[in-house]
Amino acid sequence: MGFFTNKGFQPKRQSNHKLPPGQYETTDFPVLTAGPTPRINLTNWEFRLEGLVEEPVQWSWEEFNKLPMQDFNPDIHCVTKWSKFDTHWRGVSVDTLLEHVKLKPEAQFVTEFSYGGYTTNVPLADLRDGKAFVGLLYDGQPLAAEHGGPARLVVPHLYFWKSAKWVQGLRFTAQDEPGFWERGGYSMYGDPWKEQRYRDDDDDQASASSIRL
Amino acid sequence: MSRVAWQLATVKSIKQETPHVKSFTLSLPNWTPHLAGQHYDLRLTAEGGYQAERSYSIASPPEQTGEIELTVEIIADGEVSGYLNEGVAVGDELEVRGPIGGYFVWPGEASAPPLLLVGGGSGVVPLMAMLRHRQRLGLRTPAVLLFSVRTPEEVIYQAELEALAKDDPSFTLLLDYTRQAPPGWAGYHRRIDAAMLAEVVSRFGDAQPQAFACGPTGLVESVANGLQAAGLQAESILTERFGPTGS
Repeated sequence: MGFFTNKGFQPKRQSNHKLPPGQYETTDFPVLTAGPTPRINLTNWEFRLEGLVEEPVQWSWEEFNKLPMQDFNPDIHCVTKWSKFDTHWRGVSVDTLLEHVKLKPEAQFVTEFSYGGYTTNVPLADLRDGKAFVGLLYDGQPLAAEHGGPARLVVPHLYFWKSAKWVQGLRFTAQDEPGFWERGGYSMYGDPWKEQRYRDDDDDQASASSIRL
Repeated sequence: MSRVAWQLATVKSIKQETPHVKSFTLSLPNWTPHLAGQHYDLRLTAEGGYQAERSYSIASPPEQTGEIELTVEIIADGEVSGYLNEGVAVGDELEVRGPIGGYFVWPGEASAPPLLLVGGGSGVVPLMAMLRHRQRLGLRTPAVLLFSVRTPEEVIYQAELEALAKDDPSFTLLLDYTRQAPPGWAGYHRRIDAAMLAEVVSRFGDAQPQAFACGPTGLVESVANGLQAAGLQAESILTERFGPTGS
């Protein structure tokens, strides 16, 4: 269908940024969630690293806020088609968190898990080397609950559902275990530049099914 | 062919629902049954290859085979909705793929709990698919639709909803006009609030309804919070939010 065009259709939205396929730029910060926004009491809040680690570790809100923080200015891309450029966050790099655990060699994937029961899966390599952080401040203010506050994992090079709101911890796994939207047919990896929105868009589908055979 | 591959649909009919909302019925060469609440992606391609994509909820029930109805809010200066409004006629082709989404859906099982549907503006579209599916199945699952609009001219599907409420005593239509109500209106005439939601929930007696809320972010936030305050469990509240996307 590469030759199909809609007669008379003209681009209306101009962006100074390079957009992934099928995305448009917004300056708003839209919200997408499957259910009510959890209200999280900071006195009970904790963040955990668990699963395939030698010793699990956890931080209270107070302890977590004492970790070294950095500024991050990522572009973000939501599977619902909007992209937002040059956002302003402050938070803790996942690299910093990983200094506190010894991973078992078979740990290859991560399940991000959240207050409210949300989960999403990413390869471990996609959280390392400055690629991901736990965001606590947005535009200099504590992150609003509807955007995932008090803390949200941000993995900006993947579609934004891979950036778990209300994040409670990371569980290290040997296999790539589908999370909430992934079980509902969304992509296992979610690269916006390859437009991997849905499971059928994943380029490993053919090889994955032949391996199963 | 994969389930969500792009396909070329043909516009079968176009209906003006309200001054800013149109329904497009599309014939699909590769139609597959959807779940009430799912959506399709629609893609426009300009000469030169530029493409724009948006998601639109399916308004038709899965019993309407071979075609889908997409109800589209025409946004001022909207890139995609503006073209659909002005540039598309019956017989034209449009690229779509779907059905998509496995969460905000109502499968329509006879054993399902009562339905509490809350829609704001064009957020009523996926809820309409659920009501149409329920009607086609002949189910009498108690259902309430609380439908919030700004003015009387913005009530999408008004005639159909009122006819359904008249014919089916197990369905209740509650319209809420937030800005301007029709003359002599005795119903809700304010933004949806906790007291209104508590009243609506009390209509179900002891039964715990399954709630679906769809509309602008602010409305859905307050509905989800208000329903929890009225005693619903978080697991019984499914939401779909239309952020300010300007599409």
